[in-house]
Amino acid sequence: MVFGKRHILSMRDFSREEIDLILDRALELEPYAKGKRSDRLKGKILANLFFEPSTRTRISFETAMKRLGGEVLNLDSTESSSIAKGETLADTIRVISAYADIIVLRHPKEGSARLASEFSSVPLINGGDGAGHHPTQTLLDLYTIKRESRLDGISIALVGDLKYGRTVHSLSIALSFYGASIKLVSPPGLGMSETMKSDLMDLGAEISEHDSIQDVIGDIDVLYVTRIQKERFPTLSEYNKVAGSYRIDKKLLESAKDDLIIMHPLPRVGEIDPEVDGTKHACYFKQAFYGVPVRMALLTLLLEGDGDE
Amino acid sequence: MSEKTTGDEQELRVRKIENGTVIDQITAGQALNVLKILGITGSTDAVISLVMNVPSKKMGLKDIVKIEDRELDPGEVDRIALIAPRAKINIIRAYDVVEKHSVYLPRVIQGILRCANPNCISNTNEPVRSKFVVEGSEDKPIFRCFYCEERFENAIEHLI
Repeated sequence: MVFGKRHILSMRDFSREEIDLILDRALELEPYAKGKRSDRLKGKILANLFFEPSTRTRISFETAMKRLGGEVLNLDSTESSSIAKGETLADTIRVISAYADIIVLRHPKEGSARLASEFSSVPLINGGDGAGHHPTQTLLDLYTIKRESRLDGISIALVGDLKYGRTVHSLSIALSFYGASIKLVSPPGLGMSETMKSDLMDLGAEISEHDSIQDVIGDIDVLYVTRIQKERFPTLSEYNKVAGSYRIDKKLLESAKDDLIIMHPLPRVGEIDPEVDGTKHACYFKQAFYGVPVRMALLTLLLEGDGDE
Repeated sequence: MSEKTTGDEQELRVRKIENGTVIDQITAGQALNVLKILGITGSTDAVISLVMNVPSKKMGLKDIVKIEDRELDPGEVDRIALIAPRAKINIIRAYDVVEKHSVYLPRVIQGILRCANPNCISNTNEPVRSKFVVEGSEDKPIFRCFYCEERFENAIEHLI
C-alpha cells in the first residue's frame, strides 16, 4: 500500500485496511499530540487553504503539523487574495502546491476537493467541501469510537440533521465497513435522503429510521449527535419545538447502556445539556482532541509514506 | 445486404444513403438528443436525415438518424446508449451495410451530462468537464458525479 502522494478526498476512496492503518498510526502518535517533542516533519510546510470559516479543523491540522516540527501557512482571507479577484480554484491550487508540501482545503462547493486534487502536485486533504465530504472528521470519529468503545458490530444512533449534515454521510459510509447497525433519528423533513440511504444499503449497512431518541437509547453503544440548524426551519418557534425534543439530558440517559458513549462533531448549540458533560458517557471533548493524533497520522503517512512502498 | 429501415420498402420515408452511418432503433422521440450527443448542430455541412416515431415491430415506435458521408466510430456512438440503449449502428458503403453493431454504455461519461447538484464544483467556471461514473445495471443505470458524488438516474433530464 502506498500512501505517499495520494489525496484524501472522500471516505469512499478508502478500504477498511487503509482506515485501520491510519487509526493504528494515530494511536502511536497520541503521546506527541499530548505534547511530547518531535521533529519528524521538520522542514515540511502545510498550507491551510480555507475558503470558509473553521475553528477545529484548521487549528487541529496546525497543531498536528507544529507538534511534529513542521511549518504552517494559513490562507483564509479570501477578500485580500487573488480569489477575490476571480482566480479559479484550479489556478490557486497550482500556485499553492508549488509553495507547500501538503494542502488542506475547505471550500463551500461540493466536489471542490476532488477537482483541486487534479491540479495539485502535492497531497491534498479535503477539510470539508460544502455539504459533501469531510473525511478527516470521519477518521477522528472512527478513532474516538475505537478508543472509547469498539469498532466492530456496534449499534449507533445518528441524531439531528441527517439531510444536510455532511459528517453523518461520511461516517455512515465508513461504519458500513465495520458491520454497524445504524439508527437514523431525525426531525421530519431533515431525514437522510433516499439516495444516501440506498447508497449505504448498497455498501452493506444495516439501517433503520426512528422518530425519537427514546426509541433507541437502550439499544445503542454510540449516540452521535449533530446540530439542527435554525435556518432549516420557517420560524424560530418551530425550530425551538423540534430542537427541544432532540435534546440529550441526564434523564434520557437513565435508560442508556452503562458503556454508551456520546459524540458530537461540535460546535453544539443546546443539543446536549451541559449537565451531561460530567457523566461517563460524554466523549465529545475527547473526540475533538483525537482530531490531532488522527491528523498527525495522515500527515506522516502522506509526507513520509507508510514504509511499505 | 442492402440498407433497410422499417423492413418494408413501401414504408420508406427517407431515401437510402450511399455512404455514411444509419442509427436505427433509437428510442422514439430521442433523435434530436442523439444529434445533440453526437455534437451535430445546425452548422454542420453533412446531409442529415431524421425520422421520428415510425412504426417498429420490435419497439412499437422508433426514431432513425442517417448521416451521409460520415462513418461514426464506436467510441463516438456508444454515448448514445445514455438515451437510446437499443440503438443499432449501421455503417453504409455503396448502399450496403458493411458493419452493424449495438451501443454499449461507457463506464465513464465526460461532458454530455450536467451534474444535478447546483452546488457542485463542476457547475462553476472552473476549467473542468463534467464526469460521471456509471453504476447500477445496464437496464437501470445510475450516474454518479465524479466530483460531488451526487447520483441521478434520468440522463435525459441532465443533458447539457
